[in-house]
Amino acid sequence: MAADTRLKAKLSDEVRAALDAKLEINTDLARKILTRFIAEEVTKPGFKRAVVGLSGGIDSAATAFLAAEALGPENVLCVRMPYRTSAPDSLADAQRVIDQLGVPALTVEITPMVEPLFARFPDMDNNRRGNVMARARMIVLYDQSAAFGGLVIGTGNKTEILLGYTTLFGDSAAAMLPLGDLYKTQMRQLSRAMGVPAPILDKPPSADLWIGQTDEGELGYTYAEVDRLLYLLVDERYNLDEAIERGFAPAFVHGVWQRVQRNQFKRVPPLVCKISRRTQGHDFLYLRDWGL
Amino acid sequence: MKINLGLAQIAPRLGDLQANLDKHLDYIDRARAAGVDLLCFPELSLTGYSLQDLTYTVAMHPGPGNPVFDPLLDATRSGDLDLVVGFVDRDARGRFFIASAYLAAGAVTHIHHKVYLPTYTLFDEGRYFAWGDDVRAFDTRFGRVGMLICEDFWHLSTPYVLWLDGADIMLFHSASPGRGLDSGDRLSSVRWVEMINKAYAGALTSVIAHCNRVGFEDGLAFWGGSFAFNPDGELIAQGPYYEEALVLATVDTNDIHRARYRLPLLRDERTRLTMRELERIHAPNAAGE
Repeated sequence: MAADTRLKAKLSDEVRAALDAKLEINTDLARKILTRFIAEEVTKPGFKRAVVGLSGGIDSAATAFLAAEALGPENVLCVRMPYRTSAPDSLADAQRVIDQLGVPALTVEITPMVEPLFARFPDMDNNRRGNVMARARMIVLYDQSAAFGGLVIGTGNKTEILLGYTTLFGDSAAAMLPLGDLYKTQMRQLSRAMGVPAPILDKPPSADLWIGQTDEGELGYTYAEVDRLLYLLVDERYNLDEAIERGFAPAFVHGVWQRVQRNQFKRVPPLVCKISRRTQGHDFLYLRDWGL
Repeated sequence: MKINLGLAQIAPRLGDLQANLDKHLDYIDRARAAGVDLLCFPELSLTGYSLQDLTYTVAMHPGPGNPVFDPLLDATRSGDLDLVVGFVDRDARGRFFIASAYLAAGAVTHIHHKVYLPTYTLFDEGRYFAWGDDVRAFDTRFGRVGMLICEDFWHLSTPYVLWLDGADIMLFHSASPGRGLDSGDRLSSVRWVEMINKAYAGALTSVIAHCNRVGFEDGLAFWGGSFAFNPDGELIAQGPYYEEALVLATVDTNDIHRARYRLPLLRDERTRLTMRELERIHAPNAAGE
């Protein structure tokens, strides 16, 4: 898809530099907090192991690095789940992570799982096929969760979650999302600091659900551009007019925020209609860590 | 007088009173072995923080006869170790308070109810708890002390009131979830808590000790880093971030007098002037209202 030029942010160099400075993170501190988060939230419910789906991309590599550091590499099962059109580089890049971390690994082709459904509905578009593949991978990961005795650790980051660039009950399904409060650009800083292999750091982000797909091509803007805007709107609580005053193109601001709003459904549990006096999801309120 | 102060920055287990009591007793043993005179636990140390609907089941009446308080009171009976613990106080009429109790010589000698309940952003305390309505200093064998709980000391007025009520030693305790990752060496909320307490120590020429919990509750990361400042506003001890620890600080109460010779802020404080101006500001028919 050709990028819509109206969506391009037209920031002055000064504003861009100021926002980029705000998005700079202390990677040592992030690593310390997130590895402790994983260790504690995996062990408290009685587990000591984790399962991570490894795509060959940066998010899952960073997640595997954090999990291996938190739990010990022997306790993190990395699962590669290629489809027949998946980029061969993806498998090789995932292997680099497996080799570097020394984690146990498994490769489960999803082609024989998804092809019968594709054959049953030959008019499936890329979007439907991509969602089926993401959900097939979820099935594999949760089955390995039971087989390996580990919690599934998801790989979503804050940018992706806000934009809804994720498959509901597919890649969004996980026990925890350690990168869920780091924007893509911040997660890249963390990945570099942790020693994620250079080929993974340098390649364009892609869900690899069909040939030639790239995130930024599909979204119509780069992560660097959208992270600056999301940071102002979400973290700094700017309203849309204030963001436009800061120099972002109005169509870009409205388009991104509409996307955030339309994808709220992916960020909440399924709705329950309240008809009793006390209802889970409304006023039966306990943390997951209840008694843990 | 030298006080060997202990700050037990523990990770309580959410809603598990027995596990938390056991941890308190373990830290009490360690503190006693280390010669600690006064051991402080964090906010809601006996219950965990994000209680939500657990509030009603973990609440208790402190004091003799309570199975959680009895072993703690026993630990202070010999008179060589005083304790500050955090719990949910339930009053006779069914109201719940975030509370801290001071235990000495086998008795509960003071209870503070949190007077500022953060109910914004990630916080929802006002949904479950009643607001405390007193800020009072009280006497201990170490001198006059004031206690505040987390959000209480984000407001300037509470340490000031305790100071005027005679407190020279402030015992603050928190369950503070960190927030605000940037390029700094600590999260922005951590920097804020450290800055404001350093300022209080200097401005009130008083000892400020802060015990903050660690551990995670769902996604909240409690940062620890418990500290003590002397009356010159200098850091005298600080615990590690994000790890359980018994943090030891030796407080010299003579520092308070020496600081006040040099900087007689308390002597010169014009309380009447402050009250007169506050009364003017709050007068029901003041101009502009």
